[in-house]
Amino acid sequence: MIRLSLPAQLRRLAQVGSELELHVDGAATQRSVLDALETSYPMLCGTIRDQATKERRAFVRFFACGRDLSHDLPDELLPEAVASGLEPLLVVGAIAGG
Amino acid sequence: MSGVRLLVGTRKGAFVLTSDGARKHWDVSGPHFAGWEVYHVKGSPVDPNRLYASQSSGWFGQLIQRSSDGGKTWEPVGNNFEYDGVAGTHQWYDGTPHPWEFKRVWHLEPSLSDPDAVYAGVEDAALFHSTDAGATWQELSGLRRHASGPAWQPGAGGMCLHTIILDPSNHQRMFIAISAAGAFRTDDGGATWRPINRGLHSAYIPDPSAEVGHCVHHVAMHRSRPNVLFMQKHWDVMRSDDAGDNWHEVSGDLPTDFGFVVDVHAHEPETVYVVPIKSDSEHFPLDGKLRVYRSRTGGNEWEALANGLPQRDCYVNVLRDAMAVDSLDSCGVYFGTTGGQVYASSDAGDNWAAIVRDLPPVLSVEVQTLA
Repeated sequence: MIRLSLPAQLRRLAQVGSELELHVDGAATQRSVLDALETSYPMLCGTIRDQATKERRAFVRFFACGRDLSHDLPDELLPEAVASGLEPLLVVGAIAGG
Repeated sequence: MSGVRLLVGTRKGAFVLTSDGARKHWDVSGPHFAGWEVYHVKGSPVDPNRLYASQSSGWFGQLIQRSSDGGKTWEPVGNNFEYDGVAGTHQWYDGTPHPWEFKRVWHLEPSLSDPDAVYAGVEDAALFHSTDAGATWQELSGLRRHASGPAWQPGAGGMCLHTIILDPSNHQRMFIAISAAGAFRTDDGGATWRPINRGLHSAYIPDPSAEVGHCVHHVAMHRSRPNVLFMQKHWDVMRSDDAGDNWHEVSGDLPTDFGFVVDVHAHEPETVYVVPIKSDSEHFPLDGKLRVYRSRTGGNEWEALANGLPQRDCYVNVLRDAMAVDSLDSCGVYFGTTGGQVYASSDAGDNWAAIVRDLPPVLSVEVQTLA
């Protein structure tokens, strides 16, 4: 199980708590985790990554294990601590005013 | 018992304001979608409990929400707005070609006959249509593919399709407006479009009378007279008596003819409302006095309506989709401000009172008249 933390706006949209668990088929990557997330919570499609290009939205960041993974390639393996469920993958709204 | 329901979109959520026919006491619910920008909320004319809302965020993009109970509960529906085919380019601020990029939905216009059908006007300018209550969206790409499309440029607020008017007498006819391309009309249900900007004069473009390039802020029509259109342009209040084929200026004795909103009285097709704004660089009322102007002559002769509105130190704006009229016997007029006030008049503008004063900046106001 992958543990995932969403920002408050998306938690309200998906009607989930501060952290959710996802079953991911195959290797744990940003792409496979987001695929699993959007399958379980289709209302989140387009909110974290573009629906057509699958590129991360500019003001969304991915953090885990004290690192910024936002610029990692979508198919790079997530840290082992995330893949094993020891640490959550944090989806964060960037500091951008407003 | 008749009543009204105001649908208010703001920078930080949507609010639903309801009252009985007297329109003296109001219930306020919200914020719905707290923290998100809600550019527009509008109800179906054939099923007033069916509402559509445009919810967006610089962080998380565009969502569309649908309600089937008059705004008590909502469910997110489809939000995939993909341009038809190769998107192509329009003109960027520096004159270079720039790819069409979807940013947000500015305006939702439910069908006049089918609660599951709704149009969406988006930035970068295009028109989308859903026939399954917002689950899926298809572009009516004949508009964006008009020969002038590559020359369209964004205004300061972006290149947005912000106005959609459906002709109640001809379901094949529709009017739209884009900042800063101008107004367009289709007579074949959206397959093909023609610019309808003859008579507009815009000193801020190289050819002031060009076929396209005008910054149209809003257009209004009375449903009994669909060939008569009123337009608030960047500067100038305009009128057409031939469905947009020709326009003439009706700013008349307005103290300034810059502004964003324009609307028409529900029962008097020659009674028109605007809110003059000082200038294109000073987006607030003249002299700090918030005044609606009403013409009972279809333009040119205007009277200031100030009773109940702030007459000193008022420096708010009234954005293009932030005025609406109800259809009760004594026509109600409503508008919202960037200062978070929503003002109501239950006597066609003679007297005003604030329903709420401290909402986030108001982006849009629509009203439903309930049986």
